Amino acid sequence: MTQSVAVVASLSGAVKRYGALTALDGLDLMLHRGELLALLGPNGAGKSTAISLLLGLTRADAGKVELFGRDPQDIEARRRIGVMLQSSFLPPTLTVAELLRLTSSYYPAPRTIDESAGMAGIADLLSRRYAALSGGQQRRVQFALALCGRPELLFLDEPTVGMDIDARQKLWAAIRRLTAEGCAVVLTTHYLEEAEALAHRVVVLGKGRVLSEGSVDALRSHVAVTRIRCISELDVNALAQWPDISLAERDGTHIHLHSDAPEKVLRRLLDADPALSELEVRRAGLAEAFTELTRESEIEKEAA
Amino acid sequence: MSVITINRVPPLPMPPCRLLGAYLTEARSECIRYFRMPGFLLPVTLFPTMFYLLFGIVMNHNADANTARYLLASYGVFGVMSPGLFGFGVSLAMERENGLLTLKRAMPMPAGAYLLGKMVMAMLAAGVVMLLLLALSVGLAHVQLGVLQALRFLLTGMLGVLPFCAMGMLVGTLVKGQGAPGVINIIYLPMSFLSGLLVPLSALPSVLQQIAPIWPSAHLQQLALGAVGLGQSPAWPHVLVLLAYSAGFFLLAARRLQRVG
Repeated sequence: MTQSVAVVASLSGAVKRYGALTALDGLDLMLHRGELLALLGPNGAGKSTAISLLLGLTRADAGKVELFGRDPQDIEARRRIGVMLQSSFLPPTLTVAELLRLTSSYYPAPRTIDESAGMAGIADLLSRRYAALSGGQQRRVQFALALCGRPELLFLDEPTVGMDIDARQKLWAAIRRLTAEGCAVVLTTHYLEEAEALAHRVVVLGKGRVLSEGSVDALRSHVAVTRIRCISELDVNALAQWPDISLAERDGTHIHLHSDAPEKVLRRLLDADPALSELEVRRAGLAEAFTELTRESEIEKEAA
Repeated sequence: MSVITINRVPPLPMPPCRLLGAYLTEARSECIRYFRMPGFLLPVTLFPTMFYLLFGIVMNHNADANTARYLLASYGVFGVMSPGLFGFGVSLAMERENGLLTLKRAMPMPAGAYLLGKMVMAMLAAGVVMLLLLALSVGLAHVQLGVLQALRFLLTGMLGVLPFCAMGMLVGTLVKGQGAPGVINIIYLPMSFLSGLLVPLSALPSVLQQIAPIWPSAHLQQLALGAVGLGQSPAWPHVLVLLAYSAGFFLLAARRLQRVG
């Protein structure tokens, strides 16, 4: 069964400058139906600018921006999206139900108030005023507003900031349900475990360009480092001389090793110290890959 | 990549009745939201009312019938300017700063619904001011008004707020956040003074009398005087001037809002 994957939004060669600062430097980005794309990058990498262009909040200086094949400033295109911005202020004196009713009124065929509230886990908050809610509850209300119009594309900018672990897990589950229904999601987050848990595809931005693009696994494999941690009496200076060990450090009774060939190192390590205990072996996570990628671009920049 | 089958209907057009509903819901929300915020609305409505009570009634307690009407009309205009300039300008400046406007621009809110909502809110607030002034003038200053005159006065105020909404909107697009109330005060009080609302125009230097017609408030004053039976000139030139001011300020502000946000 083959099905051409529909593109719901795209940036091609998008350039955006703010005075002397180039926020986007010819960015190409495509969003597909039903896909959760995580947009990562250090502060100032161009994430917010890319989102602003896709939402029609600003116009590109050069390049093409399309939302459902139209100009994002076209309201017809925006009737198919839902938005949760990072710094969202909502009228504090309105109740949650009033906010949902207002936002739903913008869309041609919205969900019912109860359905939206249920999906975002705020059914018990409907009659409360927005100002009386905690930060995490306000975030969930904003999520409900984002999904209430049955969007085909959802923009979530740092959605789980200020949420406790339980609320975060529930939000993740809701996001997974939406993508399973075919809704595309663009997620920007500082929590890399969030991208790791949700994203089908990860795009790392740096200096207004795409540094890396691929699945979480592909991105992770970009950094071929495995971390080894254990209790051992072995001398770290001697270990540092072993082939395949890029780093060896002592931390009290523990030693830390970085290796790109952990199987070989482990075999030799266990032979060298039969008393070795509390062995932990961990592949690099998205966090390490991310740090590595953005550091590389920093070095390239300096070399250039 | 696993292929997801999507049973999706093509994008629905927005039915006209839902579009109308969006405008109405926006206006309703805007009104509810500010009427629940007495800290914002009370100063805007009570400040001109208090001015009228102190300077229009207490300081002129021996005024004859025509002077009392004149004072009602002048302070009525002064009162209407407040919800227009502050209600529109300050709230817009705040919402440009706190991100609400950005969110609304990203969401598919129909064009103009936001501004229309604020307009309705300002008109209602202006209506409240006019009713308060009418009550004070009839109850304390013994102004004699027919029902039709009172209604015309109320209507003049509720529609007359619009040029000041447009003016407040323009200020709101130029100044962000906390700076707006100060800027608006710099416009509000001098303009009221220069157009003869606080002191009769005849008591001002002749240069100021001659430039008075450039202020929209001077034209609204003529309409308010007409409403309470003191009209000296036909209403339509003043209506046209006010329409031109409203359209001009609105277009400038809308253009800036669209380009800068």
